[in-house]
Amino acid sequence: MLKTLAKSIRQYKLPSILTLIFIACEVVIEVFIPFITADLVNNIKSGVPINEVIKTGFLLIILAILSLSCGGIAGLTCAKASAGFAKNLRFDMFNKIQSYSFANIDKFSSTSLVTRLTTDITNVQMSYMMLIRTAIRSPMMFVFSIIMAYIMGGALATTFVVVVPVLIIGLLLISRKAMPAFRRVFKKYDRLNESIEENVRGMRVVKGFSREEYEKQKFGTAAEEIVKDFTKAERIVALNTPIMQFCLYFNMVFVLLVGSYLAITSGGTTIDVGQISAMLTYGMQILMSLMMLSMIYVMITMSAESMKRICEVLNEESTLKNCDNPTTEIKDGSIDFENVSFKYSEKAKRFALENINLKISSGMTVGILGGTGSSKSSLVQLIPRLYDVTEGCVKVGGRDVREYDINALRDSVAMVLQKNQLFSGTIKENLRWGNEFATDEEIIDVCKLARADEFISSFPEGYDTYIEQGGTNVSGGQKQRLCIARALLKHPKILILDDSTSAVDTKTDAYIRKGFKEYIPNTTKIIIAQRVASVQDADMIIVMENGRISAAGKHTDLLDNCDIYKEIYEQQTTGGGEDA
Amino acid sequence: MPRPKMPPMKKKLNVNALKRVIKILFSYYPVLLPIAIACIIFSAVTAAIPAIFNQQVIAAIEEWFVSRDWASAKEEILPKIILLASLYVISLIAVTSHTQLMAYITQGFLGKMRKKLFDGMQNLPIRYFDTHKHGDIMSYYTNDIDTLRQLISQSIPALLQSSIIVIAVFSIMLWYSIWMTLVVLCGVIIMMIVSGKIGGGSAKYFIRQQKAIGKTEGFIQEMMNGQKVVKVFCHEEKSIVEFEKINDALYEDSRRAHAYANCLGPIIMNLGNILYVIIATVGGLFLLSGAKNFSISGMAFQISIIIPFLNMTKQFTGNINQVTQQINSVVMGMAGAERVFELMDAQSETDDGYVTLVNAKIDSEGNITETDERTGMWAWKHPHTDGTLTYTKLMGDVRLNDVDFGYTDDKIVLKNIDIYAEPGQQIAFVGATGAGKTTITNLLNRFYDIADGKIRYDGININKIKKSDLRRSLGIVLQETNLFTGTVMENIRYGRLEATDEECIKAAKLAGADDFITRLPDGYETELTNNGANLSQGQRQLIAIARAAVADPPVMILDEATSSIDTRTEAIVQKGMEMLMKGRTVFVIAHRLSTVKNSDVIMVLEQGRIIERGTHDALIEQKGKYYQLYTGAFELE
Repeated sequence: MLKTLAKSIRQYKLPSILTLIFIACEVVIEVFIPFITADLVNNIKSGVPINEVIKTGFLLIILAILSLSCGGIAGLTCAKASAGFAKNLRFDMFNKIQSYSFANIDKFSSTSLVTRLTTDITNVQMSYMMLIRTAIRSPMMFVFSIIMAYIMGGALATTFVVVVPVLIIGLLLISRKAMPAFRRVFKKYDRLNESIEENVRGMRVVKGFSREEYEKQKFGTAAEEIVKDFTKAERIVALNTPIMQFCLYFNMVFVLLVGSYLAITSGGTTIDVGQISAMLTYGMQILMSLMMLSMIYVMITMSAESMKRICEVLNEESTLKNCDNPTTEIKDGSIDFENVSFKYSEKAKRFALENINLKISSGMTVGILGGTGSSKSSLVQLIPRLYDVTEGCVKVGGRDVREYDINALRDSVAMVLQKNQLFSGTIKENLRWGNEFATDEEIIDVCKLARADEFISSFPEGYDTYIEQGGTNVSGGQKQRLCIARALLKHPKILILDDSTSAVDTKTDAYIRKGFKEYIPNTTKIIIAQRVASVQDADMIIVMENGRISAAGKHTDLLDNCDIYKEIYEQQTTGGGEDA
Repeated sequence: MPRPKMPPMKKKLNVNALKRVIKILFSYYPVLLPIAIACIIFSAVTAAIPAIFNQQVIAAIEEWFVSRDWASAKEEILPKIILLASLYVISLIAVTSHTQLMAYITQGFLGKMRKKLFDGMQNLPIRYFDTHKHGDIMSYYTNDIDTLRQLISQSIPALLQSSIIVIAVFSIMLWYSIWMTLVVLCGVIIMMIVSGKIGGGSAKYFIRQQKAIGKTEGFIQEMMNGQKVVKVFCHEEKSIVEFEKINDALYEDSRRAHAYANCLGPIIMNLGNILYVIIATVGGLFLLSGAKNFSISGMAFQISIIIPFLNMTKQFTGNINQVTQQINSVVMGMAGAERVFELMDAQSETDDGYVTLVNAKIDSEGNITETDERTGMWAWKHPHTDGTLTYTKLMGDVRLNDVDFGYTDDKIVLKNIDIYAEPGQQIAFVGATGAGKTTITNLLNRFYDIADGKIRYDGININKIKKSDLRRSLGIVLQETNLFTGTVMENIRYGRLEATDEECIKAAKLAGADDFITRLPDGYETELTNNGANLSQGQRQLIAIARAAVADPPVMILDEATSSIDTRTEAIVQKGMEMLMKGRTVFVIAHRLSTVKNSDVIMVLEQGRIIERGTHDALIEQKGKYYQLYTGAFELE
């Protein structure tokens, strides 16, 4: 896991290392300061001339300035290193996600990807900063302070034999106990927040059923349980302070007691007043460094979850790869399905498609009908190789789709997805997704074909109208027509419309189909629809049921031979089942 | 996810929010909190006192170490150390108690605040949820309450402790030497100015970082949602380039913000070191020059003053540093508290209704009387001003007379609406998005109140009916289905909490949901999470219909309830739906005209007015808007 993450440090290795070096310098100086201070105190005490005192003071000030510079520089490099690491991580993740296939995308929900790219990375950034700032500081501080304490205090330093183990054991016990408790309660806490979110979203349901009191009660019980768990965990952590205080106090009393004994019995030769006060300072430093170490430990284990989630994204390999020497030339828009079976994941019990055999010649118009869950979308998604078949093969232009360069294939096979999306930006910018070099005339042409020009022109800003995030400022029918125009701009050899005119009125729908026939006769058109009217003129209509083709043929044939088709048709015509 | 929000710096800090937090804290823990505070103060004082002992012990050492007479020194030193040790023991007890108490109080307080927030939220009118972003409401619970945690468990105790230590140390310093105290004071003022400057810079960039994160998040969100479109259009390279720009900007702000924050520590610490040297030198000068000390204690300059004084300087600057560090989180806590109170103080839904819904039966004399058991018959219990009670049988007769309504005062959405729905009738609404179809249903269950006109339910003005009872008598199924975390069974039972499993299954069968539910891995016990993400939209709608069916309300509102079910499945469900609708007054809103075709009355709405009404055949005959819609000449939406 750490290896995966470390790959993203790259150009920020230097600032990271610089941080370590400068912090090491800072620590060395910091350790020397009490040493010199003790000297200063002794100078004053023993009544050396004032210029000697000032000299030592001057040395101290220089050390302080050095320490300040080192600390300051380390602060800057550290900020650069950690922010840069986060930037690289975000970039790498985003990059990786762009390489994902549909199967990979299905695995992660979009909200989870957003959290991974934001909150989780922020957590890692903070941990990394903490790590490079203290990873070297605390152990060094600890070792140096102990050494200095022995040099200065001699026998007095035995205090640490008692204090250090007490603190280490105490802190370890606390984090051992507290961390699982916290992890448990955080999970519960997340669930509580999820249920709040459900309430906020479903407030109409709650109020509609007058369930306010019920929800309050439910929340009350869950919240109380969390309070109990949180309190338990928090109380364990709260023991940190008293343990730390105990060690400090013990150190203080021990140094004063033994120190004064030694000082007096030796007449100041083994130890003097200055050394006693230095011992107090070192004691503080040693304990603080231990405290810091335990904090990093806690912080890193806490962010381990975030790291894991980031690595999951980084280590996910795209399930689709270009083959060696891919072909970029697609001959025509013919499509063949040969014994195709398909399931969404290896683990899936059920095949989404079974035994599909299909021959579509270039330029044909093919309609696909079938209930929800009949795998209509699964079928067409295999054509631009959004998923790979499990068995059999899909051919476009006479070649297996796996032999093509993916981008070349997808440029020739334009697909208008059922769950479509426009992006924030002007209409023109959105349409240019289809072809970034398209001229304004070309854009207007395809919009006319998709019957979008009319409403676009009615907007005050025309083609420069800004589309809000999620396309909320255009209606469903308008959005669908824009999406069709965007796909047309690719001038594809195959055009697939996956239920893309469901919100368009039947008349406009008919105009669009007529336009296709007249203006792009050589493009193979595959139209998935709910309405029989949308497909009844097609050269071939495929009726899907439970992942199989239950019938295929022309409208009149199917009316005679296919019960399902007949049923749908009758229900929609005699039953007046037109979508408005 | 919790992410600290930086407070808007321009806005003046509202100290009232802080005062209110403290007030609530005291009201929750009138005994424990004062005890905790006493312990904090006590431990702070004991933390400051050792300086005096240090000085005295060191003075004793000074006095005795020439003679090397430990035996006599012992007499003087030991009692002092023992006193110190016992003070420390008491201090440890105080520290342990206040940290434990504060952990208990903080979590208890947060729990109570959460509960209060949630309860308050349940009482808010739908308007609040329609006019506030859900993410914003959520951040009250996640971000803002978390800032309170920091404030109460850490900042306030630390501030209290630090300021007491500062005051105590300051007094002791004055006790020793006023001159040297002044020198320390000068140094501290410089430190505060510096940390103010750097802190300001850091705050500025933290705010910018927060904004940059927001922007990045927005971009990521859009791209992740549209990832499949990106793939289909081979737009990967371009979105990476675009992302890089935003990402670099975020890096820049984040780096600066942390750079300022990281530098603050070493700067303050070393300014403290320099101050230390200055004090030592000045002290030394005083000592050597034999200048006259000026102090409260009247002590002369001696080494035993300077050494503790030096230690106190450290303590003093250290605690000042503590205070400056806490200020940021206090500011954030106050901003958080202010926002939390905003939600708490939001106007809750008012309810002046006094007519209630009760179980009823017909007694031997043919009168409707109230009963405790569930009879399947309901009555409105209507108390009158003269003290009498009347019972009206619940029929499901709904009338709207000349109703006007607008979500805001300046824009009328519905105008002169008249609707008569007799018990058992099916009324359909057809019209473009924004024509006011859903608005009418919002008025029926009083999610919103009408501006003018009257709505009567079984002859009773709905304003007189208690809201919860009114809503209980109306079952709604909305287009956007919201399921809750729990089993399928629990979700269906949400319609009527005391329904048995059999009743729930019966309702599911009626809704046509039983078929797919039994095919789920655990059938009715299948756990649904994340709003039933593992189900299709159509399946979720079926569960929602079952949920309304189990409630068995006399009036039902189906707002695009079958929009995501394909026509073939809908035809299968239709039979169940017809059973479900039988004997009930049903309001249907549907995009698909086949769904509304069989209604008793179809109303065509346009811009808040009913422009056509009648049966399907009559409207077709009329060759108006409905006819155009039906023949496909118009597009709805």
